[in-house]
Amino acid sequence: MTEQPDAIAALAETKPSPGEKYYPPFKVTPELTKKAKAYIAMYPKGREQSAVLPLIHLVQEKHGYICPQSVLWIAEMCQSTPIHVQGIVSFYPGIRTSCPGKWHIRVCHTIACALSGGEELLSYVCEKIGIDPKAMTEEEPMAVSADGLWSIEAVECLAACGFGPNLMVNDALYSQMDQAKVDDLIEEYSKKA
Amino acid sequence: MSEITYKPGHEPHLRETRRIFRNIDRVGYDPSIACFIKDGGYETLKKAIKMEPAAIIDEVKKSGLRGRGGAGFPTGVKWTFIPKGNTKPVYLVCNCDESEPGTFKDRFIVHQDPHQLLEGMIIACYAVQAHYAIIYMREEFPEAAKIVQRALAEAEKNNFLGKNILGSGYDLNIILHRGAGAYICGEETGLINSIEGVRPYPRIKPPFFPAAIGLYGCPTIVNNVESLCQVRQVLMRGGEAYAADGATRSPGTRIIGVSGDVQRPGYYEIISGSITYGDLLYELCGGPKPGRSFKAIIPGGASAKVMRCDEVLKGRNPDGSVRKMTIFDVPMDLDSIAQHGSMSGSGGVIVMDDSRSMPEMLRNLNRFFAWESCGQCTPCREGNPWMLKLSTRICQGKASPEDVDLLKSVADNICGRTVCAFGEACAWPVQAFTTKFREEFLALTRPINAFKPHNPEAAEARKYLTRED
Ligand SMILES: Cc1cc2nc3c(=O)[nH]c(=O)nc-3n(C[C@H](O)[C@H](O)[C@H](O)COP(=O)(O)O)c2cc1C
Ligand code: SF4
Ligand code: FES
Repeated sequence: MTEQPDAIAALAETKPSPGEKYYPPFKVTPELTKKAKAYIAMYPKGREQSAVLPLIHLVQEKHGYICPQSVLWIAEMCQSTPIHVQGIVSFYPGIRTSCPGKWHIRVCHTIACALSGGEELLSYVCEKIGIDPKAMTEEEPMAVSADGLWSIEAVECLAACGFGPNLMVNDALYSQMDQAKVDDLIEEYSKKA
Repeated sequence: MSEITYKPGHEPHLRETRRIFRNIDRVGYDPSIACFIKDGGYETLKKAIKMEPAAIIDEVKKSGLRGRGGAGFPTGVKWTFIPKGNTKPVYLVCNCDESEPGTFKDRFIVHQDPHQLLEGMIIACYAVQAHYAIIYMREEFPEAAKIVQRALAEAEKNNFLGKNILGSGYDLNIILHRGAGAYICGEETGLINSIEGVRPYPRIKPPFFPAAIGLYGCPTIVNNVESLCQVRQVLMRGGEAYAADGATRSPGTRIIGVSGDVQRPGYYEIISGSITYGDLLYELCGGPKPGRSFKAIIPGGASAKVMRCDEVLKGRNPDGSVRKMTIFDVPMDLDSIAQHGSMSGSGGVIVMDDSRSMPEMLRNLNRFFAWESCGQCTPCREGNPWMLKLSTRICQGKASPEDVDLLKSVADNICGRTVCAFGEACAWPVQAFTTKFREEFLALTRPINAFKPHNPEAAEARKYLTRED
């Protein structure tokens, strides 16, 4: 690694988030390296760079977000450069540069869901988990609650349009949501905490 | 094959023909390979792998199968675009990015019946002699990723994948690659860049037609999930039998996803052209909500041009004479709606009733496209946020009548001046909404607004433009 960690840290600035207490900090372990090598081996020889996205998912699933240290590690594993990896991290809406809450909620607000009440659903969920909808901005689409338990984000079409309004909590999709269902859902997940 | 029962409330409508969605919502059906084989799965592959690859391509060509990803390009013809005498490896990519708003068909295939996709995909790979293939799945399908991963392992264990498949000497490796929430990764060249691990900027065509120069610079076939499942149907039925069903120019079944203001939104699999939009909305979907009437329909995913329900269209009688009709008389195949200026695309039908404000709908679409533009071409990157600002201003009642024309002219200037078809995709809705519902847009504007500053910066700047006496 020739780049200074400080330089990449300045570039890939991450915002501290209350959600961090629910995710282990990024650390290179033999187990992680083994998994990464398995991903890289899926692609043809000399095409290690293709594994950048899978490795990003690997890190994000475990640690919640992509920190500068993980950018350096991914770049090294994929024989790429930190700046290239950072270029990918900053492109995709699905890659986070700050930590989400323990339960990350994504509410669809695209046309079909909007027709079935997606926008109202979004404000209702915000109210339920105590997040000001104004905290979601174009620069920072994700807002995290003060206790770090919840985070919320308005997203585009989740490909379940006929059964709107739709939302996702972490990996699970919930369709045809209404206020009563949201109440139950929030209660269920609060208990899981 | 045994009698099929569907889960209560999920029974298909009588006018449906379930082929691809045969096992969706079926009682006692799970995504395991055992279940699929018990239902006759992988028999078609066993038959196909004994054929010559060229014979399979011929069969698919004969079937008249057209792609279900949006553009409707003939699948068999696409496969022959691999350059003759090619010595590089050939790749096949299954496009499971499904991110066009209004489209929700591939989701159910990969969640509930993944082996159907794998069988179709293996046949397609064998036909184009690809030994390495990729399923590109959008990030928002994390559960499907696990299901497909498991299905791949099962298929390999049963020697439908891996080395020397079913003793034919043919090797194939399929991997799963997940996206990260970007619509543009659905565009085939953007998708290829995403797999290569660079920013998913679409590539310019020509020269970057994937079948000639695709993944890693090698010939690459990109096909939609449903298209690959249809390939299996073609081989199962035979090309000619497949071509005999439904509309002549777009045979086979189609999966239609209906969303918005109807009584029974959801998915319907129909024989292409066997019903009209009227049949779909009134009969299959149960008509408008109580006390409402239909106002507008987007017939093929968010980027298709909107149709007014009271629009008078010109149709042709069998004897060639002209007759008047509406969108409800247009048959649901790939081409009919195109004759009336829109497109059938990926089969996502979005319905709006008379309670909806059209400027508000357009603002929602503008927000989608402004968010999803990859930013590579200036007209698309700058035009989309501009259109969003204009439509927002119109919705807020702060626009002047000229803003409506300005909005359309921005769209006109994006169209045809971009690297990829996203340029058209974002411009068509604006052009159609502002033309067809012009009076509704104008009603929200006031001439005096032309003299008012739109934001604090403009208000500040204005101070320096007025002369003090
Ligand atoms: C902006 C844009 C987005 C697209 N999104 C998708 C998509 O989500 N899924 C898909 O299958 N095709 C999508 N396509 C079409 C693909 O580029 C490609 O034509 C298709 O995958 C080819 O498959 P087919 O021949 O089987 O239809 C998109 C095209 C454009 C221009
Ligand atoms: S048209 Fe838009 S989405 Fe397509 S390449 Fe250009 S900027 Fe990107
Ligand atoms: S518009 Fe919300 S899932 Fe498609």
